[in-house]
Amino acid sequence: MTKTSLPLHALLAGAALSVSAAPALADLVISNWDGYMAPDAVENFAKETGEAAEMVVHATNEEIMGKIIASGGEGFDVAFVSSPFAEVLNNLGLLEPIDAAKVPNLANLYAEAADLPHDPGNHFSVPYAWGTTGLCYRSDLVSPEPASWNDLLHPAEAQAGKVTLLGTDRWLLAAGFLAHGYSVNETDQAKLDEVTADLIEAKKTMLAFDDTTFYSKLVSGEATLVHAWDGWCNYGIAENADIRFIVPAEGSDLWVDTMVVLKASKNKDGAFKFINYILDANNHRWAAENILYKVPNQAAMEGLSADMIAQYPNMGMTPADLLKLEQLRDVGEATRAYAKAVSAIKAAN
Amino acid sequence: MTPSNARSTALMAPALAWLTALMVVPCGLILALGFFRRGIYGGIEYTFTLENFGLLLDPLYAGIFLTSARIAGTATLIAVVIGYAAAYAIAAAPRHRQPFLLFLAVLPFWSNYLIRTYAWIVLLNREGLITQGLRMIGYEGEPPSLLYTEGAVITGLVYNYLPFVILACYAPLSRLNPEMAEASRDLGASPFTTFRRVILPMTLHGIAAGAVFVFVLSIGNFITPALLGGGRFQMIGNLVYAQFLTANDWPFGAALSMALIAIMMGLLTLQAMAAERGSGDRREVADG
Repeated sequence: MTKTSLPLHALLAGAALSVSAAPALADLVISNWDGYMAPDAVENFAKETGEAAEMVVHATNEEIMGKIIASGGEGFDVAFVSSPFAEVLNNLGLLEPIDAAKVPNLANLYAEAADLPHDPGNHFSVPYAWGTTGLCYRSDLVSPEPASWNDLLHPAEAQAGKVTLLGTDRWLLAAGFLAHGYSVNETDQAKLDEVTADLIEAKKTMLAFDDTTFYSKLVSGEATLVHAWDGWCNYGIAENADIRFIVPAEGSDLWVDTMVVLKASKNKDGAFKFINYILDANNHRWAAENILYKVPNQAAMEGLSADMIAQYPNMGMTPADLLKLEQLRDVGEATRAYAKAVSAIKAAN
Repeated sequence: MTPSNARSTALMAPALAWLTALMVVPCGLILALGFFRRGIYGGIEYTFTLENFGLLLDPLYAGIFLTSARIAGTATLIAVVIGYAAAYAIAAAPRHRQPFLLFLAVLPFWSNYLIRTYAWIVLLNREGLITQGLRMIGYEGEPPSLLYTEGAVITGLVYNYLPFVILACYAPLSRLNPEMAEASRDLGASPFTTFRRVILPMTLHGIAAGAVFVFVLSIGNFITPALLGGGRFQMIGNLVYAQFLTANDWPFGAALSMALIAIMMGLLTLQAMAAERGSGDRREVADG
């Protein structure tokens, strides 16, 4: 998942918020994370289909959720959200079922991508990007190579004070759950308490919580081992070939960012056309080549160069590899317990 | 209504309308939000409850309030000591130089808060300028851990809010009649006694104003603990942020905000009362 909740983005989003809150004049309004699709996507889509579309940006899932829930979906046609949030929108009855007949390029998706646990058959969401979370490290500075979540939470002395953890609720807790062999969607309070205590302990050997600059810390050597999304580790690899990414032995999460169509949309045909445009092999490949995220589009991925996969080995993870991991799901009421646990972890000294 | 009353009403109207629309109404909405229940999917259920305010007493959240107060209080103390000394020096400088010195004090405000905070990261991080400087002079040990500490958070807060203290203390210091200090010395007081019994009491309201500014701005700050504290320190601002942006618990976030606003209003009221008394003192001195 991209650009999660962080103060900086929230600040920057201030400007975006005021822009996107204005009534849209275009026939089709798409809300996406900034920079998450090709800058000329809207223009090219208009050329191909004659549909005038407008791109608005959100900084976090929570921000677009707030806007959609507040307006009942009014004012948006297509939104990019992570799958647990797509589940929530569907449960709230705000999503239009995907009309497969109007999105022929769904055929480009891997079979696995049409059968994801949150929405088997892609009835209300279409996957846009997917990946996992793991350990990103400097192979020239970390020896032996890390293999377990415990290498991150309770690092060897040489690494102490040089590890960072993701600070966002779901991934921070996932690192703890996985280290204890629990589900990344665990909701049992006793297990949550156990993991909370372990993560408080992990703070002693941690440099910082970092969701945005961890790969720069690896490049500078300020950190040697960080908790990272696969795609973001690639940004470090791009600058230093000694940086590696591994999925720990205990497994990890599968995150999926999706496209959804709002039930309140007044131009659903246009919305489906847009999703179909994105699913075109060349258009979808843009995300893989430029954001270094895996896309669940077989036709797009098969066009990636061998050099690129050699440079960024995690781009070569197969759908079968990814599906062995447990998908992050909406945890409903436990969201609140998660938030409280994370507050307790961050407040502990 | 006299013509001059009508004119002041007309002149006040835009400001009042602005404040009502953009300050009173939103704060009222946030306050109201605090009395509702959080819906299961993060929406709001419009049933009345006091549980959000009750939750403020939970040891976890009450502890975060105390930590925030401790960090903000430490920053305030340091800012007052440094800022008062600087204001004293500026007020004692030749009159024609004072505007320039004040200009220097507020100069950092001309650049963005975030950029200034990032500059501290560049300075303090383990591979940062301080470490590089140490290495240049021959230091070979482990780089010092300066960033992501409570000290880094306090440094950032002091740095950012120091100009408020300088400006608030400069005003009464510059208006101080030098004859007062001379009279005190003539009557046999030592410089320290003169400072403690004459100068300090007459400029106390400036210190109070500066201190309240720093404390109020620090206790609600969430950027500095996130960036310079590396998220290791949770302050109330971060907690409010988390309720609105990750936990999707707007009612609890609203209750937290209201508690924070109540603390700020209380302190600003005390400060206004102190300022009122300070100006009363000055009148007495002038009358006597």
